[in-house]
Amino acid sequence: MKFGVVVFPGSNCDQDMFYTLKKTLDQRVEYLWHKENNLKNCDFIVLPGGFSYGDYLRSGAIAKFSPIMKSVIEHAENGGYVLGICNGFQILCESKLLPGTLLRNINQKFICKNLYVKTSNSCLLTNHINSKKTLQIPIAHAEGRFYADPSTIGSITTNKQIIFKYCNENGDVNTEHNPNGSLKNIAGICNKERNIFGMMPHPERACDQNLNNLDGKLIFESIIKSIK
Amino acid sequence: MNFIAKINILPKEALLDPQGNAVKKAMNNLNLSSQKVRIGKHIIIELSCNDKKEASQIIEQSCKKLLANQITEEYSYKIEEVTD
Repeated sequence: MKFGVVVFPGSNCDQDMFYTLKKTLDQRVEYLWHKENNLKNCDFIVLPGGFSYGDYLRSGAIAKFSPIMKSVIEHAENGGYVLGICNGFQILCESKLLPGTLLRNINQKFICKNLYVKTSNSCLLTNHINSKKTLQIPIAHAEGRFYADPSTIGSITTNKQIIFKYCNENGDVNTEHNPNGSLKNIAGICNKERNIFGMMPHPERACDQNLNNLDGKLIFESIIKSIK
Repeated sequence: MNFIAKINILPKEALLDPQGNAVKKAMNNLNLSSQKVRIGKHIIIELSCNDKKEASQIIEQSCKKLLANQITEEYSYKIEEVTD
């Protein structure tokens, strides 16, 4: 399997993601420049965090029309794997590859915090993680409040598309441990077909012993084990 | 023909607008009372088209495809002909 990390102008987690996949997880990885339209035979595309196109207009609104996104959308619609983290999640929602949207945090602040999430339903990212385990993974965003209309929330719940929820250390999901006001404490979702994933927390920032946090590695290991 | 389009994009009425609420509170702190504040974007676009109908089509498509996120925002616009 080969991973492709898309680089938009303003991406700033692309190198962390590349490092994690290459050095920590010993995977084949390529950078994919936003002006290209060739996915270089990558099987798993990652849209990293950052501020693509300066977050102008709305986060992710301009990135969705970049040349590489045409190929990413085609790849996704043909069943290829795509994961968007933070700004990548915003781009996937803007591109309508994932339902809903991400609004400004309820407290109006950029939140940079190491907090807990738990897996909510089974998918590539969560298959090999104990559902009772809480994962400590940092968030760093100003626009991460997941919102969708009631019927969309109903359908993503019924179709088990909610894959991560914010919680406390013990795994309790409640308003107190909802950092940004996301509906249902949603931190990550997937599409109905379960090949497109989006999450606000940054697992690539929690994969190195030097950072004293390895919980993010469990997510990437789950992906690698599930695809093998 | 030259036209100028003035577009307003606002969060949908039913949605919580934290920016608007923060400004409303700040107004109250200044003893300037208000019932509701909503904050959005104002976009001005200049364009050359054959007629107003063509300009309207371009602006409508721009709003739908790019300028507004229809899940959370609503848009309205006025298009005026510019004569030098």
